[in-house]
Amino acid sequence: MVKKQGSDINKIVEFLSPNERKILSFLGEGSIEEVVQHSGLDKTSVLRALEFLSNKGVVEIKSSKEEIVELGINGLLYVRKGLPERRLASLIAEKKSIDLNKAKKQSGLSENEFKAALGVLKKKALINLINGKIMLAGSKGEITKHNLEEKFLESLPRKLDSLEDEEKFAFENLKSRKNILDVIDKKIVEFKVTKLGSELISKGLDEKINEMIEAVSPNLIKTAGWKGKKFRRYDLTGNVPRIYGGKRHFVNQAVEYGKKIWLEMGFKEMTGSLVQSGFWNFDALFTAQDHPVRELQDTFFIEKEAKLPGGEIVENVGKAHEGKIEGSKGWQESWKEEDAKKVLLRTHTTCLSARTLVEIAERKEFPAKYFALGKCFRNETVDWSHGFEFNQTEGIVVDENANFRQLLGYLIEFFKKMGYDKIRIRPAYFPYTEPSLEIDVFHPIHKKWVELGGAGMFRPEVTIPIFGRHVPVLAWGPGFDRIIMEFFEIKDLREMYKNDLNKLREMKIWDK
Amino acid sequence: MTILTLSKKELESKIGNIDDKLRNKIDMFGTPIDNEDENEISIEIFPNRPDLLSLQGFTRGLLAFLGKGKGIVEYKVETPEKDFKVIIDKSVKKVRPYTACAIVKGLKFDNNTIDEIIDIQEKLHGSYGRNRKKLAIGIYPLEKIKLPIKFLARKPEDIKFQPLEFPKEINGRQILSQHPTGREYGKLLEGYNEYPIFEDANNEILSMPPIINSEKTGKISKETTDVFIECSGFNNEFLKKTLNMIVTALADLGGKIYAMEIEDKVEGKYLSPNLNAEKMEFQIDYINKNLGLELSEKEIASLFSKMGIGFDGVKEKCYALVPSYRTDIIHKIDLVEEIAIAYGYDNFKPEIPEIAGVGEESKIDILKGKVAEVLIGLGLLEVSSYHLSTKEKQFKKINVKEFKDKIIPVIDSKTENNILRASLLASSIQILSENSDASYPQKIFEMGRIFSYNDECETGIGESERLCISLCHEKANFTELKQVLDYLMKMLDLNYEINETENPSFIDGRVGEIIVDGKSIGVIGEVNLTVLKNNRIMMPVASLEISIENI
Repeated sequence: MVKKQGSDINKIVEFLSPNERKILSFLGEGSIEEVVQHSGLDKTSVLRALEFLSNKGVVEIKSSKEEIVELGINGLLYVRKGLPERRLASLIAEKKSIDLNKAKKQSGLSENEFKAALGVLKKKALINLINGKIMLAGSKGEITKHNLEEKFLESLPRKLDSLEDEEKFAFENLKSRKNILDVIDKKIVEFKVTKLGSELISKGLDEKINEMIEAVSPNLIKTAGWKGKKFRRYDLTGNVPRIYGGKRHFVNQAVEYGKKIWLEMGFKEMTGSLVQSGFWNFDALFTAQDHPVRELQDTFFIEKEAKLPGGEIVENVGKAHEGKIEGSKGWQESWKEEDAKKVLLRTHTTCLSARTLVEIAERKEFPAKYFALGKCFRNETVDWSHGFEFNQTEGIVVDENANFRQLLGYLIEFFKKMGYDKIRIRPAYFPYTEPSLEIDVFHPIHKKWVELGGAGMFRPEVTIPIFGRHVPVLAWGPGFDRIIMEFFEIKDLREMYKNDLNKLREMKIWDK
Repeated sequence: MTILTLSKKELESKIGNIDDKLRNKIDMFGTPIDNEDENEISIEIFPNRPDLLSLQGFTRGLLAFLGKGKGIVEYKVETPEKDFKVIIDKSVKKVRPYTACAIVKGLKFDNNTIDEIIDIQEKLHGSYGRNRKKLAIGIYPLEKIKLPIKFLARKPEDIKFQPLEFPKEINGRQILSQHPTGREYGKLLEGYNEYPIFEDANNEILSMPPIINSEKTGKISKETTDVFIECSGFNNEFLKKTLNMIVTALADLGGKIYAMEIEDKVEGKYLSPNLNAEKMEFQIDYINKNLGLELSEKEIASLFSKMGIGFDGVKEKCYALVPSYRTDIIHKIDLVEEIAIAYGYDNFKPEIPEIAGVGEESKIDILKGKVAEVLIGLGLLEVSSYHLSTKEKQFKKINVKEFKDKIIPVIDSKTENNILRASLLASSIQILSENSDASYPQKIFEMGRIFSYNDECETGIGESERLCISLCHEKANFTELKQVLDYLMKMLDLNYEINETENPSFIDGRVGEIIVDGKSIGVIGEVNLTVLKNNRIMMPVASLEISIENI
């Protein structure tokens, strides 16, 4: 860094870029506009050169903000055509009394404009509303008078802090209405030549200074033209224009990492359709046909009829529901194929596990370990903590000797690798697992346990229809979005797929 | 999610001071605390445990879990007194075939307990009763009715009584159209010519299930000491369980349970309720194998006792005695979870077994990873958008006019996004449109699924894995994008050709079909200026969208 107090003016000179040198002699003019005019440089170059000069202690830059009131989109329109209340007022002044609906039509105002106009005129006691009729309340002169708001609009643009009391009142009234006014922050930059700067200017620049080497070029190297000359010194601390590289979407960065953990633990990936039948998403997973999750208000259905798989699986699943497999009472209700044929957007990746189990059973290839990490859907309104699409990470371990302690082992290992050390496992309920559990992690800021997702061992009513007998299967399906939000410090779920390019460019990368 | 909200004072009088240790115990019982303030505590009850949906049921279960109970609680059922009888008439069999009934005497009601009873009823209706679809519960003051009781069906016009909270007598049809509860649940009686009613020996109508009780005979007051309870519906097993949950809660409140004789004109006579525990056979090994533990018979017996379950038998032939109000023990695997909860989920030692397995990523994900790597190297930014979108964004805004048979709607979406996306190009254009304030150049790509009707697929909906690239800046053009495509294809070791084509989203003469192995895999071109203007994009855009699953 160049020493601002360094009195070695000659050294400073070696740092000056051509643009800095160019504007130096015009600094005495005092304003940026004049420097632009005299130097022939554009404003951005002048501002940049001034910034560099300020770093060297040649000038002092003072920047301040000013709030400017301008016309908004509607404001521009209203200055031309008149405010809605003006248009309505003219109509009423002319008719003295008019039917509400007629007034709406004849004024040519939109629903919202009409409402606003009516409100304003009522508030000013210029009209009365009686039996669906608008009546002129004041005199005709009063209602046609040019009002405060109109005068104010015509006076724009204005500095916000320069408004008189009356104008402030008008400003507040108009600001609350849609797009009439815009308040814009304007940055004002001023500069002052320092003592050092004055010395530098009065000393003037030696002609020789122009012989300093600016850019390095192939020619310069070839001709050895640099020998015996000085290179212009750079200000290494100055800001540079920002650039952005390509990168993966942050959700996919996290998903890639999650997948890597499962792959390292020896799991194979399952993939499959987002559109599934009720059979795979619910029935094969022993979810009763009258379970609330199977209603329109929870799940996205599509008006189609799915084909059910061949073989005995459909019949076996039906039996499990009806309590016709050995040792189980089932749901004690009759099971209908028609509900299984419904087409829907998968509500969990567990449907992939169900399908994979069938393949494993056919090939008799277990012990086996599989995982999935993908999108699921639920019919939800959207707010900061809810969305209609979410990511889930799914896993199954099929093994004759699988047990509950192993289930805890896999889950704790995964979440440890995801960065969660303080984990709690507590009882939970899912129709298709028994025992079932929920994983909580401790939230260090809120100082409470936060739910991450469920797991369990598939019930015999799930495994028997597939394997013909009960084979223990450990299964889990925690949500993945909470982990992503926490890492990237996202407070609102809606940010996940907003694709704000500025934000995506600035976001840190997943570095676990 | 069903939440049981209890007065903290009342609960503490039964289970002791609620501190952090007890809070953790409550969570570990499988009834997580949802919310808590000075006066109230809200507890989440999972759908498999409707028997916990009352202060009585919850404290009974929790006290046992805390080691303060006596295992399975036995409830005595007194024999029926004179006229303690319910006749199920043939007429009701088509409409609402079953009812489970009981009488409980010697209760003391105050405003609190009356509210509590109504609350239990409503909670059971809402959860286990699936919003009264599966069953409905009625509780009546015995002093206002004359036994025996008849359950029958009658034409709606012939059913006349004053429903609860209503000023006058109206008929069955009017109840469905005029009474708020009738309007809410009326659809449950839709399509029936006759509606079910309970009627007493004076021919007074007590109620019209599953809708409403009578104001005269169906309202408990502070004077009430004895009550008649019925659960009516379609599956007798559910009804019996529900009745058992209610009578045991009332017995815990100090009541005495009396049986009633049910005279079903079709299926015969029997006594109700039956509060005998159910015997379920299991093996000690079965529990230990599933949990990875080595518990002895004695340990298992004492763990069952913490869950309010009894134990009987010897090593080879063991029985769990399951209380008559439990609905969730439908297989011996459910006993395994009972033991796990009693043992304490926090007491298990996690273990990772040595199971051989080689991690294997799916082929499509490997490919997507490689494509992303190439494009990132070229400075492109990946975006990610929703699979659900709107007709406007998916078709109209990219100038696609013929889209009627391409729309795949989802039913009753709660947001404006109500169709499955048909292209990634549309999402890409939308993103550029929303980012006109971000600095240029904007070079983005997305990989994801799009949807189309396809009768060869199991669900009738086909899914295709796509890549979309859009370049948007002052000088964006076909050549620049073709350079990107060219580089990508080279890296993937693929040969391709571009054939001229027509596409409404692109400029005529500047759009081509990308052909690999003689098959079209997508389009590339400069985006139509109408599309740009429609989307308020003030910079040229070159885009491509290709299928990546078959390359």
